[in-house]
Amino acid sequence: MLNGVIVLLACQLAGELGVRLTGLEVPGPVVGMLVFLLVLRLRRPSETDALVRAPELLLRHLQLLFVPAGVGVIVYLHQLRVNAVPLAAGLWLSWLFGLAVTGLAVTALLRVRRR
Amino acid sequence: MTPMTLHSHETWDWLISSPLAGITLTLVAYKLGRLALVRTGGNPFAQPVLIAIVLISAVLLTFDISYDDYVGGASYISFWLGPATVALALPLHHEWERVRRSALPVLLGVLSGTVASVASGVLVTRLFGGSHQLQLTMAPKAATTPVSIAVSGQIGGIPNLTAVLTIIAGITGAVAGPWLLTRIGVRDERARGLALGAASHGIGTSRALHESRSEGAFSGLSMALTALATSLVVPVLLLIL
Repeated sequence: MLNGVIVLLACQLAGELGVRLTGLEVPGPVVGMLVFLLVLRLRRPSETDALVRAPELLLRHLQLLFVPAGVGVIVYLHQLRVNAVPLAAGLWLSWLFGLAVTGLAVTALLRVRRR
Repeated sequence: MTPMTLHSHETWDWLISSPLAGITLTLVAYKLGRLALVRTGGNPFAQPVLIAIVLISAVLLTFDISYDDYVGGASYISFWLGPATVALALPLHHEWERVRRSALPVLLGVLSGTVASVASGVLVTRLFGGSHQLQLTMAPKAATTPVSIAVSGQIGGIPNLTAVLTIIAGITGAVAGPWLLTRIGVRDERARGLALGAASHGIGTSRALHESRSEGAFSGLSMALTALATSLVVPVLLLIL
């Protein structure tokens, strides 16, 4: 497990340093993900390897990691109440639109290619 | 000899500003959320993240503890969001052949989804009378929190409010996303995963991972691509809108 955690942190570090050194407007962890993907493609670890178990643990509890930012809602209760209508409409309609467009576009593109 | 007195005031001050309290509270609330999910037989409304946020908010408001005091400790937990994003390479690795074969639909689908959610977020907020700052706060909300916060700050939104909107978009996807996708006829698990990741980032991905490893892989990929696309697309779209 320890090795897996070290590799995850090292990949993120590589990503964060990479985007800063090059000045790219790209999130560091996303570049770190590409680095880790490369490590996995090259090493092809077994299911019981630390390289597999550490990411599995984090992904199993992905929701936990969003809790602290979500609790920030208590700071904005007043804002949310005053602007309830534009915020609720803007958030949920655009969420729905983004979900539907992605789902339907991919479905259509996959169908076109199959022909 | 003076009688022993309890240093209750000092102890309370130590407790609310100690990382130990924030971390413990977060883990316990999340554990209760997981239990609720199991007890209700996987009811989609019983998302652990939602239950934990409600419980912790209630505790903070009841005991008049500031968010800053809480997040001082809780940030040790959100730190792991970075490594968890890196970890999304694992399902991607497992599904690599399928991902490679559908590279073009993946890229075009995520790009159109990002443009759709950013543009409609700004326009609908404006239509319902939201201020310019509120529109900017809404624009990047579909990207995962570290990215939506950064973009919001760059363009003049309110970063922490964007974070809250991002979390709500995520929870909405975990609760209602799969049901809605079925309703509109999106059945292919690649399309379902990509849609969940594009609209509801990591929280949607956690639901997708529960549906199937393949759906989770496409959702994680979509979350990463949406984060990228959002940071590129938002500044451009704001020039047009």
